[in-house]
Amino acid sequence: MHNFIDAFQFIGRNGELPGQPHFSTLTYYSLGTLKITLIAMVISLAIALPIGVWLGHIHRGSFVAINLGNIGRALPSLAVLAIGVAFLGIGLKNVLLALVVLAVPPIITNAYVGLDQVDPDLVDAARGMGMTGWQILSRVELPLAIPLLMAGVRTSALFVISTTTISALTGYSDSLGEIINDEASYHLSGVLGAAICIAAMAILVELLLAAAQRAMTPVALRGRVADVIEDEYVPIAVGAAGVI
Amino acid sequence: MKLPLAAGGPIIPHFSSSGCERNNQLFCWGWFKQNWAGTLWPALKQHVVLTLIAVVIGFAIAMVLALIAYRYRRAEQPLIWFTSFLYTIPSLALFELLVPVPGLGLSRTTAEVALVAYTLLILFRNILTGLRNVPEEVRDAARGMGMSRRQMLTRVELPLALPAIIAGLRIATVSTIALATIAALIVNQGLGVPILSAMSNSTGPFKTELLAAGALAVLLAIAADGLLVGAQRLMTPWVRARAA
Repeated sequence: MHNFIDAFQFIGRNGELPGQPHFSTLTYYSLGTLKITLIAMVISLAIALPIGVWLGHIHRGSFVAINLGNIGRALPSLAVLAIGVAFLGIGLKNVLLALVVLAVPPIITNAYVGLDQVDPDLVDAARGMGMTGWQILSRVELPLAIPLLMAGVRTSALFVISTTTISALTGYSDSLGEIINDEASYHLSGVLGAAICIAAMAILVELLLAAAQRAMTPVALRGRVADVIEDEYVPIAVGAAGVI
Repeated sequence: MKLPLAAGGPIIPHFSSSGCERNNQLFCWGWFKQNWAGTLWPALKQHVVLTLIAVVIGFAIAMVLALIAYRYRRAEQPLIWFTSFLYTIPSLALFELLVPVPGLGLSRTTAEVALVAYTLLILFRNILTGLRNVPEEVRDAARGMGMSRRQMLTRVELPLALPAIIAGLRIATVSTIALATIAALIVNQGLGVPILSAMSNSTGPFKTELLAAGALAVLLAIAADGLLVGAQRLMTPWVRARAA
């Protein structure tokens, strides 16, 4: 138990080691983790959202969209990072590439499924009201797809935070993983302190995204889709049983 | 308590090594053939065993939890919170946080506890969703035939939930294969071991080993996914028959 008490003392000191002022602080590494998470998520969203939304809108490419998600889930992040190191060397480039490779599939798959599952009668009704394709997409399909779409974003964000930490094992030194991977300098208390911080960060990001999702979901849908919102995997997995 | 990585890790034979290895070229077949039997194949086998144990134990626990939640609706939300909480913690952090827990330490048990923790959310949700999606008429019919609660569960509800359950097993297996690479941090087993030892090579990351172990992990995950899709089809032929 005293290990965990020491860990919280380490957090209380902001990760500074007594007598070693040159060591970077917990704040520094936390901000580094958040920074690379944010960059990776922005790039991944820019790539994956248009593709997933478009495929779902035109109801094509289900094979690609769903299998991409299945393969993406199968990729071990440490393996992706390791392969990246062999080609690109240690550093930001390799880490970003791995993060994007891992973050893109769930966003594409969930955006696709979310839009594809919108009731065709609703789309017909919207068309009957004289809406254009763009209006149907932005006013009918997207709002209805928000729960699944955001589930994909949340899954990706979790992957990214988790992988950012793991990237320390492949030499990237600007995340909280650096402390976790350097027990010789930070001792067990530092390793545990950093682990507690990264766990707290992941939970915080997850809660924030869940709140964002709730805010973006149309009011009329909120109570009804509560079940679906919570399980990003089930609809895809069960649906995939018939598709693949 | 430094990690015992060097113990079973491959030693790059400096004096007898070919120019390819000395120059750390992208992929040296010679090294691969030389180290397959002694390093890579055992790591692959350990990886499979780590995964199987975690999925079997995780499935047993998740089944019990799902049956509890199915019977007592009030238990569902707390169980979802609990399993989601475990799932949200980044893997590197969870492995490290378990190490100081009394009775665990740097052992295979610790690795298995973490791996099992990650399977619970997916399996629990898929089993429960599968059970909940059994049509009410079917349940009524079973009740009308005079089936007891237990008979209904084993002869009607669980068989009908099978597609969702197998889909969950598939996702859980594949994610466990991915996470098991991180287990190398605390126990000298699995495909993460050669990756970490390649990273700690004194003259820079050893590319051949990174690529070989990384590719093996990816291929193992994809092969397992394919295998489970096959199992899914064989065990639930009615799903495809209905879709056709």
